[in-house]
Amino acid sequence: MIALLGPEIAWYLGVSAFLFAVGALGVLLRRNPLIVLLSLEIMLNGANLALIAFSRHHGRGDGQIFALAVMAVAASEVVVGLGLVVAMNRKRITLDVDRMNVLRG
Amino acid sequence: MLLASVGNVVVWAVWLGAAFACLASGVAVVSFSNPFFSALALIGNLASLAVLYLLLSAEFVAAAQVLVYAGAVMVMFLFVIAYVGPRSESPWAGGPSWQAFGAVVAAGALLVEIVVVIGLKAGDSLSNEAKITSSFGSPAEIGRLFLTDHLLAFEITSIVLLVAAVGGVILGAHSRRGDSEVTAV
Repeated sequence: MIALLGPEIAWYLGVSAFLFAVGALGVLLRRNPLIVLLSLEIMLNGANLALIAFSRHHGRGDGQIFALAVMAVAASEVVVGLGLVVAMNRKRITLDVDRMNVLRG
Repeated sequence: MLLASVGNVVVWAVWLGAAFACLASGVAVVSFSNPFFSALALIGNLASLAVLYLLLSAEFVAAAQVLVYAGAVMVMFLFVIAYVGPRSESPWAGGPSWQAFGAVVAAGALLVEIVVVIGLKAGDSLSNEAKITSSFGSPAEIGRLFLTDHLLAFEITSIVLLVAAVGGVILGAHSRRGDSEVTAV
């Protein structure tokens, strides 16, 4: 049986909370859709860190399964988001999230 | 006993380095004006998060993080940034100033909220971690959980990936057809 060395779970949760808040700040603040997508990745990774910390806390692997599912969802989101960015660039729309405010192509 | 305390100090040192790198690169992603540097900072963020996962004995997730995120997703990001072309903008530029102020306030409120909820709900019970066996977090254990307890989540994940792939193809094909129509007219 292996005990946890180093800092307690609460420290990991603090890091994950800070990462989530920084990612949310980037999503709300930045105009460039590429950086908004990068900030979304930070938010997802903060959630992943909390999932894995709680998985270690309870000694069960279910949180890691959830973290892997979150990774797959993040990869899908990046595919669609980057597809939208490339489509915006082809249509010569300025890369600004406020310019894309109608749902037509 | 001495060995255990030396191990504890080493783990603390590694944790401090990884956590600091993680937070600093997260702030860097948001504050760089050039998206290329933001993407590079995010690669550093993902690598330091993989170190934290290793300290939590989640070996398979750490390996998947480096392979899938830093390997595949970030390479795609860098390709698109190179395709779109470098375009720098100040983090605070564009939009009315109340929007930037509101974003900072909202993010700060979110941080305070998360910390308060964790402190209130789980403050005392967070100090006694469960003991784990050496198979915890290994690929064999993850695979067993995926194919027994969480089979439905596994299958739904594959459908999500398929839908995303189809969506990416449709987005690319649609914009190409639009261009050819414009040139025909």
